[in-house]
Amino acid sequence: MTAVSAPPREAAPAEPPVHKASLRKRLIPYWLLLPGILWLLVFFVLPMIYQASTSVQTGSLEEGFKVTWHFQTYWEAFGDYYPQFLRSLLYAGTATALCLLLGYPLAYLIAFKAGRWRNLLLVLVIAPFFTSFLIRTLAWKTILADGGPVVGALNAVGFLDVTSWLGMTEGDRVLATPLAVVCGLTYNFLPFMILPLYTSLERIDTRLHEAAGDLYARPATVFRKVTFPLSMPGVVSGTLLTFIPASGDYVNAELLGSTDTRMIGSVIQSQYLRILDYPTAAALSFILMAIVLIMVSIYIRRAGTEDLV
Amino acid sequence: MTDKTASGDVRLAGISKHYGSFTAVHPLDLTIPQGSFFALLGASGCGKTTTLRMIAGLEEPSTGTVSLGDREVTHLPPYKRPVNTVFQSYALFPHLSIYENIAFGLRRRGIKSVKKQVDDMLELVQLGQFAQRKPHQLSGGQQQRVAVARALINHPQVLLLDEPLGALDLKLRRQMQLELKRIQTEVGITFVHVTHDQEEAMTMADTVAVMNGGRVEQLGAPAELYENPRTTFVANFLGTSNLIEASVESAGTDVVVSASGTTLRLPGQRCSTTPRAGGKLLVGVRPEKISLVHADEEHTVAAGRNKIAGRIADSSFIGVSTQYVIDSRVCPELEVYAQNIERDARLVPGAEVVLHWNPEHTFGLDAAMDIDAGVETVEESA
Repeated sequence: MTAVSAPPREAAPAEPPVHKASLRKRLIPYWLLLPGILWLLVFFVLPMIYQASTSVQTGSLEEGFKVTWHFQTYWEAFGDYYPQFLRSLLYAGTATALCLLLGYPLAYLIAFKAGRWRNLLLVLVIAPFFTSFLIRTLAWKTILADGGPVVGALNAVGFLDVTSWLGMTEGDRVLATPLAVVCGLTYNFLPFMILPLYTSLERIDTRLHEAAGDLYARPATVFRKVTFPLSMPGVVSGTLLTFIPASGDYVNAELLGSTDTRMIGSVIQSQYLRILDYPTAAALSFILMAIVLIMVSIYIRRAGTEDLV
Repeated sequence: MTDKTASGDVRLAGISKHYGSFTAVHPLDLTIPQGSFFALLGASGCGKTTTLRMIAGLEEPSTGTVSLGDREVTHLPPYKRPVNTVFQSYALFPHLSIYENIAFGLRRRGIKSVKKQVDDMLELVQLGQFAQRKPHQLSGGQQQRVAVARALINHPQVLLLDEPLGALDLKLRRQMQLELKRIQTEVGITFVHVTHDQEEAMTMADTVAVMNGGRVEQLGAPAELYENPRTTFVANFLGTSNLIEASVESAGTDVVVSASGTTLRLPGQRCSTTPRAGGKLLVGVRPEKISLVHADEEHTVAAGRNKIAGRIADSSFIGVSTQYVIDSRVCPELEVYAQNIERDARLVPGAEVVLHWNPEHTFGLDAAMDIDAGVETVEESA
């Protein structure tokens, strides 16, 4: 590595050293890639291979598991748990939509209107990360507690009538309903939506707003025709960063939901840690991964953001 | 300029703009006649862009009114004004094709069949084959033409240009100056052009308003401003002037002044102030009006011309002309531009020379003004 910094110009007259130096230079990127590749190999690729092999094993904990290429597990797992898959996608999708609705105005405000409050607001957006995910979710348990002020207020304004008509709550309870799980997911993943949105909004040249106004666009049209299209990279990466982890999340469903609101993450967790059916758990993980991958690639294609990432 | 109120004149009446305690534009009255090519010229921070933005509606004036023809538009938002702007660095929509960029204004006004107009406009700015490209795929000069087309397609009453050529290199800038002038003549729309480049303003505009410190220093046709500057700022900012401090010997139709023992004459009507015998006057002459002869040839200089003796301190040959810096008792650094027709080999640094010019080409300025106003700003922006 040290020889790389030798000035190539001095070596220029003689030919062989030039060759050597340029070879070293060409190898630099690979040296830089090495730590990351090793890390991913050990902590991503190897576990994936291990999981893949687990998913086609049969046996029991007492007798030990053996690879028998039993692909049947996938069918059985999907057949048994497809409601949880659907629920996961539905909850994660709803939470992502809510994150977008809540996060976009906030990101817009921080990017264009906050002035000297901008940095403070950004710190506040990520402030929840300073406490543990678990503690925050447990706090929501208290907030949404039966007969608590929040539930009482929601009941008083008739909000719970609407949500129970939608099937998201039951009676005058919020805790242990789909609404509670979606609220928890929305809250926990909101910063992952706001930050990419802010980044792409902040990059927009405000003179484009002036130019659009100058060309007869009303403020609403400026947003529809200029601001929103230019923020698409942020919208796409924000929704992905929210939807992907939310669809595999189990903490919110476990703490804020009930057995009727189980998401696929909870199923995988209990297959692994309680039922100890490793092949089923591994198969479920791969099915979830496949579903998310397919949905995401369709989404990126539809959203058509060439300069994303 | 004119008291007649034609239907499409832009009239600014007492408009000013303050930001807190800072005054960007002092109360200003200006009438821009319909169909003219009008330039607001000044160094950065002189208030020219703020004035332009107040016409566009992007900035609300602190006082005064803006009218387009008979219609007062002071408080109308930009999207309701029949005015379009070519922004500095263009502000093209990066996510839209050139075609859609140009069609933007038409579509916003609900015009459905835009194809013919957009094609005509692409033709006008010679960008037909680039219609489907994105702005970043175009060169600076091409983007500039898109910005002009995007604004012009709306047939605005006034087209505002905010330093539209600032980002282009010199050669392209010259080309675009002619191009813009051609387009203006072709479409006949009022152009208000903001620039810090005095050459650009003089090449393109019918009328130039020279701004300094939030005020209009002088307004007129380029030749008028150049030949008869009324302030030292205009004399120095537009081209170069030799300004000589002198005391007035006698005033009248002909003013006679003396500067360090040298007597000079100038016509009384070319003084921006009324000279009084015994008072002070700044005497100005443009470098290209001055002729130069070797001291031995002094007898060839016709009588009645203003004469100054001096020594060549420096000379630089720049092709069509040679620029001399002359050291004299009257003024330490007099600039002289001599056409390279017949060059006298004796005119080298150190040579004793006599400068002479027609007294008609001399102008007089109020001696109370700062003799160096506008000098440094020229160097900064050049």
